[in-house]
Amino acid sequence: MEVLDRYESIVDDFEAFTAACERPLPSAVRVNTIKTTVERARAALDAEDVAYDPVDWYPGLLKLPDDQPGTNWPYFHGWIYGQEEVSAVPAEVLAPEPGERVWDACAAPGSKTSQLAALMDDEGVVVATDSNLGRLSALRSNAERLGVTNVAVTHEDARNHSLKPFDGAEYDRALVDVPCSCEGTIRKNPDALDDWEYDHVKGISGVQKGVLRRAVQATRAGGTVVYSTCTFAPEENEAVLDYVLDAEDCRLVDFEIPLDSVPGITEWPGGEDGAGGADGAGSDESDDGPREFDPSVEKAKRIYPHLNDTGGFFCAKLEVEG
Amino acid sequence: MSRESTRFDRVPATDAERPDDDSEQVTREEILVFWEDRYGVPRSVFADHTFWERGAGKIWIFRGDAPSPVDIEGLGMTFLRTRQEHWKPTTDAVQRFGGHADQRVIHLDDDQAATFVAGEDQEITDWDGDWGYLVVTHDLVGESEPMGVGLYLYGELRSQVPKGRQREL
Repeated sequence: MEVLDRYESIVDDFEAFTAACERPLPSAVRVNTIKTTVERARAALDAEDVAYDPVDWYPGLLKLPDDQPGTNWPYFHGWIYGQEEVSAVPAEVLAPEPGERVWDACAAPGSKTSQLAALMDDEGVVVATDSNLGRLSALRSNAERLGVTNVAVTHEDARNHSLKPFDGAEYDRALVDVPCSCEGTIRKNPDALDDWEYDHVKGISGVQKGVLRRAVQATRAGGTVVYSTCTFAPEENEAVLDYVLDAEDCRLVDFEIPLDSVPGITEWPGGEDGAGGADGAGSDESDDGPREFDPSVEKAKRIYPHLNDTGGFFCAKLEVEG
Repeated sequence: MSRESTRFDRVPATDAERPDDDSEQVTREEILVFWEDRYGVPRSVFADHTFWERGAGKIWIFRGDAPSPVDIEGLGMTFLRTRQEHWKPTTDAVQRFGGHADQRVIHLDDDQAATFVAGEDQEITDWDGDWGYLVVTHDLVGESEPMGVGLYLYGELRSQVPKGRQREL
């Protein structure tokens, strides 16, 4: 758990934070309302004696304290999909409407793509992009099992996403749930931090900036972009927002979520140990030193595992201007 | 690695729009007639969907429309295999749209349903309907739900559930 020590200066009640990170998280499923109702899915789980605890803020989200989701009738019928509680947050924040054009920039394996499609009643278009062909094939089969027919799948680097296949049509909304260092998934994947490297955090931050920037460009003026990660690293969160606020015509906006959270941070000491970049010698990477971010990054939300007994998450909502 | 074509062409509406050099080209009208005549699925069910062909005979169903042709990795879901003597709906198409079917629907009991979903063939002696590709249903929490496609021949129902979707339930 050493890696997480770098966040001691920004997390209140750090002991509760690390204690929560050490507790395993039960699996959870989301009911797929394209194929059934929450009532019928729950009845089908009851019929197979699969115990579940409904999540109070999302009617179709069920924690499974004793079971894995994959081997029961409602799963076979595409009525349920394995998805962790916090992972259901960004699509809710994006709140797409039926009939809209929506981009899911880093879509595989499709949990949020299919959630977006369900929120849209399978009307309109979700363009689902990923750079990894193997993961795209998982996305396709997941979406098909869930009966989604409004998804268009593209194989490309999201930073260079092309609007050409659809004659340049811009998006009403975009979800930028980027690949990240996944620190917040430690309760689900106990080895999530084994390969943690500061250089990786800094490197992936560059990719995240590129994807978010492209999403703002591809979304119409007045449209909404949601940025999210499952990590705590400010380099991958507030620093990415700070960059895009400067580079593109957009602003952060306030939003509500039904989970406890804390605001994004405006100052970060930097460095591998989070104590001021002492080990950044010889690098030109500006993220190594202390950073001050645009004050509006406070509108973003940090969800720590001890706040709601979930995984860790970061979420921000932007409005495209101009 | 070998790659499938990523070109999708919208299926022409009727014979009149079919290209002269491709008499095998399936039309939207033929697809609608297929589902209506064989399975009793009303054409209105597909009113908001377009049909697309990718590669020879593989039809996809997409909610909404797109420029044609479009070069893309996926467009909606795989729906129907054509350009062969007996057209074959996909498992996912039947799960999504097969609830509207009232012909060539075979209803299985719990044990038979488990056998079907495991991908196994089974003897079924009391079917007196047509042979060929059937919509296969079972009861789930009090209602009939479509599971997929079975090929009925000589007193035997052959499960067409793809390997990746098969489960031991």
